[in-house]
Amino acid sequence: MNVEQFLYHEARLLDTQQYEAWLELFTEDATYWVPLEKDQPDSLDTSSIIHDDRTLLDLRVKQARHPRAHARLPLARTVHQVSNVSFEEKTNGEVEAHSTLVLVEFRNEKQRTWGALVEHRLRRNGDSWKIAHKRVDLVNSEGELDGIAILF
Amino acid sequence: MSAFGPERLAALVQPDRVHRTVYTDPALFDLEMERLFGRAWLVLGHESQVKSPGDYFTTRMGREPVVVVRESPQKVVVLINRCAHRGTMVCAEGRGNAERFVCPYHGWSYDRAGALKAAPFADGYSKEVLAGLRLKAVPRVAVYRGFIFASLSSAGESLESFLGPAKASFDDFVDRAPGGVLEVAGGVFKHTYNGNWKLMLENHLDGAHPAWVHASSVAVARAAPEPGAPGQEHYYDIAVRQMRQNGAPETVWEATGMWTTPRGHGYMGDYHDDSRLVVGMGNPVFEEYRSALAKEHGPDKADQILRVTLWNTIVYPNCSFMSQFRQLRIIHPLAVDRSVVHTYSFRMPLAPERMFRDTIAFSNVVNGTASWVLTDDLEVYERIQRGFASGAVEWAQIGRGYGRDVQEPGGAARGGTGTSEIFIRAQMRAWLDYLNER
Repeated sequence: MNVEQFLYHEARLLDTQQYEAWLELFTEDATYWVPLEKDQPDSLDTSSIIHDDRTLLDLRVKQARHPRAHARLPLARTVHQVSNVSFEEKTNGEVEAHSTLVLVEFRNEKQRTWGALVEHRLRRNGDSWKIAHKRVDLVNSEGELDGIAILF
Repeated sequence: MSAFGPERLAALVQPDRVHRTVYTDPALFDLEMERLFGRAWLVLGHESQVKSPGDYFTTRMGREPVVVVRESPQKVVVLINRCAHRGTMVCAEGRGNAERFVCPYHGWSYDRAGALKAAPFADGYSKEVLAGLRLKAVPRVAVYRGFIFASLSSAGESLESFLGPAKASFDDFVDRAPGGVLEVAGGVFKHTYNGNWKLMLENHLDGAHPAWVHASSVAVARAAPEPGAPGQEHYYDIAVRQMRQNGAPETVWEATGMWTTPRGHGYMGDYHDDSRLVVGMGNPVFEEYRSALAKEHGPDKADQILRVTLWNTIVYPNCSFMSQFRQLRIIHPLAVDRSVVHTYSFRMPLAPERMFRDTIAFSNVVNGTASWVLTDDLEVYERIQRGFASGAVEWAQIGRGYGRDVQEPGGAARGGTGTSEIFIRAQMRAWLDYLNER
């Protein structure tokens, strides 16, 4: 699977709410990061909208399935529109991919549109890929935001 | 003349129940902005946000856009962010350092104290008119242990009297920092919800809600891997611990101390002096911090400071904070059914640098806009607002523990148990006092 096809595959898993299969795309040492600030250099000394290791990302997926997850019942329906994909091979064998994300979210009579610059660091996994790091820089990350119960 | 005289207000807020329109009536919201947010001391921020002369940040006091400015090394002033000329907001939203505030519309410029220093084409005005124009200063500004407060009213009680016994919570916050030095750092979450501003303040001391609102995050955290031993912590430990804490048994919540003050402030505590929640106890970085405090205060006093005897504190009507992880939230009412909360983290510059990472991890799990925990609170606030929109049922109940409140020396009142709704009753009583005062 080429990089572009892999990113589309990832988006489709999210949009069809196959979160467990989506989680399997990540390496055991993966990080999933939605920074709070523009050009945020670090994730440990500045807050993040999401900064998960694999353990915490797993809790996010499990919460989505819990029968009393109030903000996630019903789960939001989403469309992840991934485009402007570019990528390059790094010296450590990983591929760094950049893309743009336009996301439409609908839940409880409220529709929101998100825009983000996305970075993936990918490792080869047979004829496909695993995500070692995903960074989603929302254009409104520093804005006043209603609660977020979706995955970017 | 307001349509809300004392009798009508008293009919809406009774000792053990509140009328739904207190949360839904735009006319009452207007009255709150005038008489409550227009009179009470409001928490605006912290001196570390305006360290040097000219440093400023913008914020809101009720409906008023304001600029908090360090006018001189000794003095912080708060200015209404509105040009005297044509009403333009003079200072763009944000923070910075300025010698002059220059209006972008016609170039009227004001000094750090708000005095009008120059206005192009000034000859066109009479000198008397110009002499009376300035950026209006908020009449009262005061600082308690580094925290900046202001009141839009020129008359009223002192900040000390307003805080009353709640001063102890600020002391607890500051004393934990070596040298008593704190600074705002690490980013600001700004979360919004379609609900009345009071709903947040009525939730933060509510020990009866976590088992229900946070059931899902409690459940997934219980199934998560165990936190590491001291010195072998994982990144996820703080998040997992905090989510699990919301699932504490009823006996724990009932045994929690719950205090309120005559001005509607409230704080809970006493239940965390087990070492489990003093996260980091035994960890080398934490021990370095502990010894810094011991050097300053002596070991006994240091351990007394570190004991977690105060947990969440509400400063009515616009602030909630917790000192152990140095989190502070300021709530800004936007409309009767729309609110925004800005959350701040504090660094201890004289403690080991890595201490701040625990603060950030805690901030992400508790205040993060996508947090497992906060998102369920916001969902419930919005559902309350929608429920209150119904006219079929008029009252909300705040009577849990009513009649069992205990008066304590110093003016505080304590709930009969930790899940007493005494803190909501205290807030509503303060609300009545502010709205009734002439």
